Amino acid sequence: MAFDAPPTFSSKDAVVCRGVGKTWAAGTKRAHNALTDIDLDVAPGEFVVFLGPSGCGKSTLLYLIAGLEDATEGQLWSFGDLVETPSPQRSLIFQETSLFPWLTVWENVSFGLSIRGASKEERRTVAAEALQRVGLKAAMDKRPDELSGGMRQRVAVARALAMRPKVLLMDEPFAALDVQTRARMQDFLLDVWRDSGASVLFVTHHIDEAVALADRVVVFTSRPGRIKTIVPIDLPRPRNLFSRQAEDLRIQLTDLLRDEVDRAFAEQEALAVTA
Amino acid sequence: MAVVTRDSEASGAAAGTSRPAAVSRFYTGMVNLEWLTKAWWTILSISLFAGIWELCWFFGWADPKLLPPPHIFLGNLAEQGKFFNTATRWQVGQAMNAGPSAFESVMITVGATTARVFIGLAMASVLAIGMGVLIRYHHFFDKLVLPTITLLSPVSPIAWLPVAIFLFGIGNAPAIFMVVVALFFHMVLATVAQIDGVSPNFINVARTMGASKRQIYGRVIVPAILPGMLQVLRLNLFGAWMVVLVAESTGVGYGMGQVIMLARNTFNPSLVFFTIAVIGVLGFAFDWLLRQAQRRILYWLPDTKEKLRGL
Ligand SMILES: Nc1ncnc2c1ncn2[C@@H]1O[C@H](COP(=O)(O)OP(=O)(O)O)[C@@H](O)[C@H]1O
Ligand SMILES: [Mg+2]
Repeated sequence: MAFDAPPTFSSKDAVVCRGVGKTWAAGTKRAHNALTDIDLDVAPGEFVVFLGPSGCGKSTLLYLIAGLEDATEGQLWSFGDLVETPSPQRSLIFQETSLFPWLTVWENVSFGLSIRGASKEERRTVAAEALQRVGLKAAMDKRPDELSGGMRQRVAVARALAMRPKVLLMDEPFAALDVQTRARMQDFLLDVWRDSGASVLFVTHHIDEAVALADRVVVFTSRPGRIKTIVPIDLPRPRNLFSRQAEDLRIQLTDLLRDEVDRAFAEQEALAVTA
Repeated sequence: MAVVTRDSEASGAAAGTSRPAAVSRFYTGMVNLEWLTKAWWTILSISLFAGIWELCWFFGWADPKLLPPPHIFLGNLAEQGKFFNTATRWQVGQAMNAGPSAFESVMITVGATTARVFIGLAMASVLAIGMGVLIRYHHFFDKLVLPTITLLSPVSPIAWLPVAIFLFGIGNAPAIFMVVVALFFHMVLATVAQIDGVSPNFINVARTMGASKRQIYGRVIVPAILPGMLQVLRLNLFGAWMVVLVAESTGVGYGMGQVIMLARNTFNPSLVFFTIAVIGVLGFAFDWLLRQAQRRILYWLPDTKEKLRGL
């Protein structure tokens, strides 16, 4: 093997993780292992939900997949390429809105194109199209602060879609929204997902949300985060969330999660005593 | 498309764009009323201060030769204005009435001082923001320059005065230099603090969209720190006014600082207070202007003041 040649991975899966782990502040006194031993394959077009107690490293894993942080163990690939840097192919959407308040909605949506030096007409066309897909074309010339929380998150989705990503990474994107808005946003996201054909990796700690959205639910253990189990959600879409099967899945996921939350609590209490 | 028709929020947004005319007229009315109330309180605040002073004079507690009340030092504007006239002040053999009129003299003096303040402020801002960005942009610069800047930032502007004279003699240059040097170091530190406060999400969004380091600085970090920097600028405006007087009092041809020195040397308290009043009004006016600019440019900032008032 030629030296320094990046290791290749034959699978063309959207995301492949092999033995991935992350130790924050590695090599210092504050070093701590947030994530370890993650093996995961996400197929193109698949909807995968990460479920786990808070602090178990779900966001960390998304950052690693996005290429925003370097893994300290293992390696990640996306469509056969080693993940080393961020890429427009993998868009990340955050819990709090990360729209730039100094730009209008359409300028926010076309920010990635302006980075590439696209002309204004082209940017406006692409922005209009992306906003059309999230049903907010009318708000094109507004400022982000004029929009409601739900609308802002849809603009953030439009901004991600404008990059034509193959993988959408979403870190608790609807957590800050009220229950009714969240339910709507879930329907909306499923439409977008179907249209775009992208894989979605979606972090949540809501079991209902996981059952409503996922093809597969990845359940994490608490510190350091590991994959505890992967639960396939074989409900036909559009889903009837009041069906017997859906209820059974929710019970199953609740049981899986409860142990971890209990453990996380016990650990935090122990930490508080020793600190 | 299913997404569009299903979504009530979207149609709400569309409806929101055409607010009924009556409603918007009502809002405009509210704003005017608010403005009036504010002006009213400003006048009341100043009148109260002046009134107490006048009362002190009335009861004989304030000696009019030392603390002349407003009606005395504002009473004879034409007389006071003459002292602003550089032609009559320095040139031997000039008649009192030669040169510009009293009003023109005041305007020339005020204009000169204001120009020094603004040139100094503008230079300090550009240099400080540039330096602050450079410090965070190049790690090398950070290590090389930041210690010196931190070391120099607590030095009082007074200490720079001899340096200003050594370097620039007398005239506009030392006065502007004083303003720049008094503001620059703080503003560099403020810029660095602002940059460190930029939300990491903003930077991460730009990174996932393929922005280079330069693009991240130019298109994300600089716009993100502007609101804070405008705030810093406003606070430093007052600093600039204070420093420019010190600089001018040491022998720039004309300026408010010169008038204050003249008043001191000729023991003219009326002139001192008149000059103070002029500086106060100017400072107030420019602060108001900057606040308007801030509101216009930085429409997206949350109105915390309103919240605090509601407590
Ligand atoms: N940038 C960071 N620097 C240091 N530690 C971090 C950082 N981000 C997260 N962590 C730590 O990593 C652990 C996992 O965090 P996170 O991935 O945010 O969990 P989750 O998203 O599952 O709630 C936590 O203990 C957190 O304190
Ligand atoms: Mg998280």
